[in-house]
Amino acid sequence: MEAMMAIAIGVLTGSGVWLLLRPRTYQVIMGLSLVSYAVNLFIFCMGRLSIDKEPIIVDGVAQDLMHYTDPLPQALVLTAIVIGFANIAMFLVVLLASRGLSGTDHVDGDGDAE
Amino acid sequence: MNDFGNIAIQVADYLGNGRAHLIVAPILLPLVTAAFMLILGEKRRRLKALVNILSTFVGLCVALLLVYWVHHDVAPGGLAGVGAVGIYLPANWQTPFGIVLVLDRLSAMMVLLTSILGLGSIMFAMAQWGRTGVHFHPLFQIQLMGLSGAFLTADLFNLFVFFEVLLCASYGLLLHASGGPRVRAGLHYIAINLIASSLFLLGAALIYGVTGTLNMADLAMKVRDIAEADRGLLHAGAAILIIAFLAKAGMWPLNFWLAPAYSAAGAPVAALFAIMTKVGVYAVLRIWTLMFHDAGTSSGYGMNALVAGGLATLAFGTIGLLATRQLGQLASYSIIVSSGTLLTVVGIGNPALTGGALYYLISSTLGVAATFLLVELIDRSRLDAMSTPVDEGDYVPFLTEDMYPEGTNLDEEQEAVIGRAIPAAMAFLGLSFIACTVLIAGLPPLSSFVGKILMLSSLLNPLGLGTPEVAPLALRGWTLLTLLIVSGLAATIALSRSGIRYFWSYPADRPAPRVRIVEGLPIGLMIAICIVLTLRADPVMRYLQATADGIYAPADYISSVLSSRPVPGPELRGEGG
Repeated sequence: MEAMMAIAIGVLTGSGVWLLLRPRTYQVIMGLSLVSYAVNLFIFCMGRLSIDKEPIIVDGVAQDLMHYTDPLPQALVLTAIVIGFANIAMFLVVLLASRGLSGTDHVDGDGDAE
Repeated sequence: MNDFGNIAIQVADYLGNGRAHLIVAPILLPLVTAAFMLILGEKRRRLKALVNILSTFVGLCVALLLVYWVHHDVAPGGLAGVGAVGIYLPANWQTPFGIVLVLDRLSAMMVLLTSILGLGSIMFAMAQWGRTGVHFHPLFQIQLMGLSGAFLTADLFNLFVFFEVLLCASYGLLLHASGGPRVRAGLHYIAINLIASSLFLLGAALIYGVTGTLNMADLAMKVRDIAEADRGLLHAGAAILIIAFLAKAGMWPLNFWLAPAYSAAGAPVAALFAIMTKVGVYAVLRIWTLMFHDAGTSSGYGMNALVAGGLATLAFGTIGLLATRQLGQLASYSIIVSSGTLLTVVGIGNPALTGGALYYLISSTLGVAATFLLVELIDRSRLDAMSTPVDEGDYVPFLTEDMYPEGTNLDEEQEAVIGRAIPAAMAFLGLSFIACTVLIAGLPPLSSFVGKILMLSSLLNPLGLGTPEVAPLALRGWTLLTLLIVSGLAATIALSRSGIRYFWSYPADRPAPRVRIVEGLPIGLMIAICIVLTLRADPVMRYLQATADGIYAPADYISSVLSSRPVPGPELRGEGG
C-alpha cells in the first residue's frame, strides 16, 4: 500500500509540475489541480497509513494510536481540499478574464511569444 | 501618551477578565464588518465607505490597546507573572490540541502596523478607488482579517488558513478595477501563490508527520528530542515550508512576480500590500527562532542560506532600483530591498541587530506605503494635463528637450521663475516625495536613517557599544554593511532622478495638480508617524529591543502557550457561573 501511494503521489506531482511549466493557461490550471491532489494525498499519508481503523473513539477500545487512525490529518486535508478547490475556481475566472482581454490563452497574454 | 495610558487602564478595569477577548478582536472585527457590508449591497457606497473607515479606526484603537498592554506587562490570558505574552484559546481547547492565538510584543506591533496602513489606505480609497469596482470594501476588510490572523496565530495550520484568507482577498483587490496589465499580473501572482500554498501544505504535513504537533510552541519543545534518523525529514519539511514564506517575502529568485503585480495594483491596494511581504518575513522570524534557535543538533539550520538569499535579494533590489524609471516599479523594488535587508538580519540572528531591523521594518513599510499613494497622485496630475505616456525613453533627466524649448534664453527666464508662486498641492506633493525618498533611502533626518544606523552599529559592535573587546566582522557582516549603504545610494539616485523629472521639469503651462484632502491626509499621516518615530526613537527602541530579546529567548512564549488552560464550562464553575 505504501508503494502504491508513493507512486500515485509521485505520478500526480510529476504530471502536475510538467503541466505547470507549459505556456497555456489551461495546462497551468490542470497542473495546479494535479499538484493539489498530490498534496492532499500526501497530507493524508502523514497520519500513517492504516486499514480498518476509526478516527473516532469507540467504546471498549483502548484509547491510543495503536487502535485508531490519526484524525488530525483528515481534518487538515478536508480544509486543504476546500481551500484548494476555491482557489482553482478563482484562478479559472481570472484565466477566462485574461483570455477575454488578450484574445489568447498564453500565460503572458501574448500569442506570438511562443 | 499618559492620557492614552489612563484610558487603557480604565478599559482594562472595565473589561475585567473579559478583556482577553480583545485579542481575537483584530480578526473578528473585520470579519463582522465585511459580512455586514455584504448585506448592505452594492448601492450604498457612501455608507459602506463610512462603515469601513469606522471599523478600521476601531481596529486601530484596539491594536493600540494591545500594544500598550503588552508593553506594560498586563497582557490578558497568559501565565501569571509573564505579562508580555497574552493567550487566547478561540475554541477553548487544551493547548497543544486546539488553536491558540498569542499576543506578544512582535505580533502586537505587526497588528498595529497593519491597522495604520489599513486606515491610511481606506481613507485614500474614499476619493476614487472604492467606486471603481464591486466589493472593494468587504475584500479590504477580509484582507485586514487575514493579516491580523496571520500575525496572531500560534498554530502552523491555522497560519496556512489565514495566509489563504489574506491571499484570496489580495487576489480580488489586485484585480480590482480590472484592465489588461492587472489581469496579466494577477494571473502570474495567483499561480505563484497557489504553488507556494501547495509547498506550505507539504512542509506543514512533513513537520506534523515527524513531530506530531502543529502548535508552534509545542513544536519548539519537541524539535529538541527528535531522533537523529528523523532530523533529515524535519529539515526537509522546514525547508519546503520556508520556500512558501520566502516567495511571499519576495526573496530572490522567488520575487519576479512582485514588481509587476505591485505596480499594477491600485494605489490603496498597493499601499496595503506593502505589509504582505512583511508577513513572509514575520513568519520566517517567528517559526525559525522557535524551531531552530535552541534545537539540539538542528540549531541554526538554514541560517546561512537565509543570509545568502537575503543578500542576493538586497543586490537584486538595488539593481532594480537603478534600472527602472517608472515610479510604481521604484516603490516595488524598494520593497524588495527592505525584504532583503530584513531576511539577512533574520539569518544573522543577533538580538541587537534584529531590534534595529524591526525599527527599520516599521519605517520602511510606512515609507513605501506613502510612496505608493503618492505615485497615484503624481501620475494622475501628469495624465490629467498631457497625453505623454507614463514611461518615456531612457533620457538623462538634465538633458531632456522638453525642459528647454527651442530658443529659450534661460538667463532671461530666471526672474519670471523666481516670482512665480508654487501651487499648494504641488508643494505638498513635492515635499511628500522628498520625505518618501528620505524614508526609502534611509537618509537623515527621518526614521529609516535611525533604523539603518542601529543596524550598522550593531553589525560593527556585535557585543554592544562600549565593550572593550572587538569582535571581528565576518564576511557576511561586511557584505550586508556594504549592500545596505550601496542600496541607500541607489535609492537616492533613482528617486531623485524621478523627482527631477516629475517636479522640476513641470511645464509652466500645465495646470496645477488637484489633491483631495482625503488623499493628502493619509500620506501626511504616514510621514508624520515616521517623524514621531524619529523624535521618540528612545521609547520605541526600548519596546523593539524587548521584542527582539523576547524573540531570541522564547521561554516565556513557550511556557505561556503550553500552560494555558481552557475556561471551564458554566456547569463546572459552581454556583452563579
